[in-house]
Amino acid sequence: MSRESAPDVVIEPLGDSALLLRFGAGLDAVANARVHAALHTLHAAGLPGVVDLVPAYATLALHYRPEVWTDANGRVPWRNVAAAVRVIFRTPPEPAPRDDAIIEVPVCYGGAFGADLDALAAHAKLDIADVVARHTAATYRVAMIGFAPGFPYLFGLDPALHMPRRASPRTRVPAGSVAIGGAQTGIYPAELPGGWHLIGQTPLVLFDAKGDPPSRLAPGDRVRFVAIDAQRFDELSHA
Amino acid sequence: MNVEVVKPGLLSTLQDRGRHGAAMLGVGTAGAMDDVALRLANALAGNGADAAALEITLIGPRLRFDAATTIALAGAGFHAQIGGDPVPMWQAVAVERGAVLDIGTARHGARAYLAIAGGFLVDATLGSASTDVNARLGGHVLKAGDRLTAGAPTVRKDASPRWSLDPRPWFDADAAHSIRLIRGTHFDALDAASRRALFEREFLIGNESNRVGFRLEGPALALGTPIEMVSEPLATGTLQLPPGGQPIALMVEHPTVGGYPRIGQVAAVDLPRLAQRRPGESVRFEEIDLAATQTRYLERERALDELIDAIRERLSA
Repeated sequence: MSRESAPDVVIEPLGDSALLLRFGAGLDAVANARVHAALHTLHAAGLPGVVDLVPAYATLALHYRPEVWTDANGRVPWRNVAAAVRVIFRTPPEPAPRDDAIIEVPVCYGGAFGADLDALAAHAKLDIADVVARHTAATYRVAMIGFAPGFPYLFGLDPALHMPRRASPRTRVPAGSVAIGGAQTGIYPAELPGGWHLIGQTPLVLFDAKGDPPSRLAPGDRVRFVAIDAQRFDELSHA
Repeated sequence: MNVEVVKPGLLSTLQDRGRHGAAMLGVGTAGAMDDVALRLANALAGNGADAAALEITLIGPRLRFDAATTIALAGAGFHAQIGGDPVPMWQAVAVERGAVLDIGTARHGARAYLAIAGGFLVDATLGSASTDVNARLGGHVLKAGDRLTAGAPTVRKDASPRWSLDPRPWFDADAAHSIRLIRGTHFDALDAASRRALFEREFLIGNESNRVGFRLEGPALALGTPIEMVSEPLATGTLQLPPGGQPIALMVEHPTVGGYPRIGQVAAVDLPRLAQRRPGESVRFEEIDLAATQTRYLERERALDELIDAIRERLSA
């Protein structure tokens, strides 16, 4: 496997038409912040023939059109793209300018809205009220969006609420379900299969292909959950 | 003009060259599984490369045309006919007002593209006409009674040319031919027997295969040492290895990120060939390096551009 390094970033091919840039490993907020900074830098750089930039936890993919990256020396496209990326990262990327605004996500916890809340409370050896208090106390960061359009993976879950994924995934998780999988919390933007523990549901529409932007949350955004009751859930659902 | 769907076929969807720019929001590319056949069908119908065409899978639809137009079929070999007269593939075909096109069953290969002069008109979703069946984005899987709208033809619509393309360099559904594969990021983490098996043994395409991915059934592959990994970006053609040891070749509707080891990457030039295989057919991988596969990709793109230019010239002559 060929790899090319620039300061603090390892560049490796992801097939014929993408590069993977590695900024660290694991579920690490520092590496993830570097991914978001790199996303911002690459977006601003506007390299030709780049069709998608995809941030993940500690890595970022740059999808490109190889035919745009030929050169007279006959060097293959991926080396040309990697060289251009190295030049960009010769200056370490500035942290992405962040909107410090916190996006509030209303959640109706438990009951029919969160079928696994009791199981989570039992696993965590906490009262239901304490689980909700801890889940709503934290400020989260959108580490990445993936799995399905608009599904945010959030960093910042209270360690007392970590719980391994369900042994058998559900075939249908209701849209808007707020869930916990391992050390992470996230929100199902549509009815999907899923193996996370469902603790509540938001009436917010997280993804609308016709919206601008289509996704309510973007990588790097800050999020807080706010507890609401069933009546408020109904009001907001019809808002 | 309109095209009425009398019978939808097994899985008929409108597709273009895919959706880009929203992958960071979890939106996949979707688009045609065989992008070469899509482009050639469009060229033969007198369209630009970005026009939307109908992707037809294994069993074709029955369609009624409410005005005269030109169509072209390219890709898997289907028995198509209008009123009992065979409709040849890989060429422009004039159809009359009221004609009913019956596309039948594929004889070889899995997917063909029906392009219509002027292209099918679709309200773009996030910049693309493609149908993402799994993510439910864009259009839907065609059903009886649907009406498709086509744009205004840009070439003469009154004559079928007397020539057709030789599909051989552009279409290959022969399962005896190997599919070229680049080593993936985690190839070296496979145990020695699995590294050999990947390139020496035969895999069967599982019945659960679809536009998201092809499940490959064969020798169970295993890692020599476990890998601690979190979700990382994926690409079309990525060969993922879930814990069960049966790899999945990701196709156009793959999720944007995933957490399984990436043991290989199908060469871009061979993605259309893999897309033409059916569940139950076999796959053998042959190793290629990235420099070679990018060189072949550039050669193919040059040749395809030249061919499409030549088609355009002949159609306007």
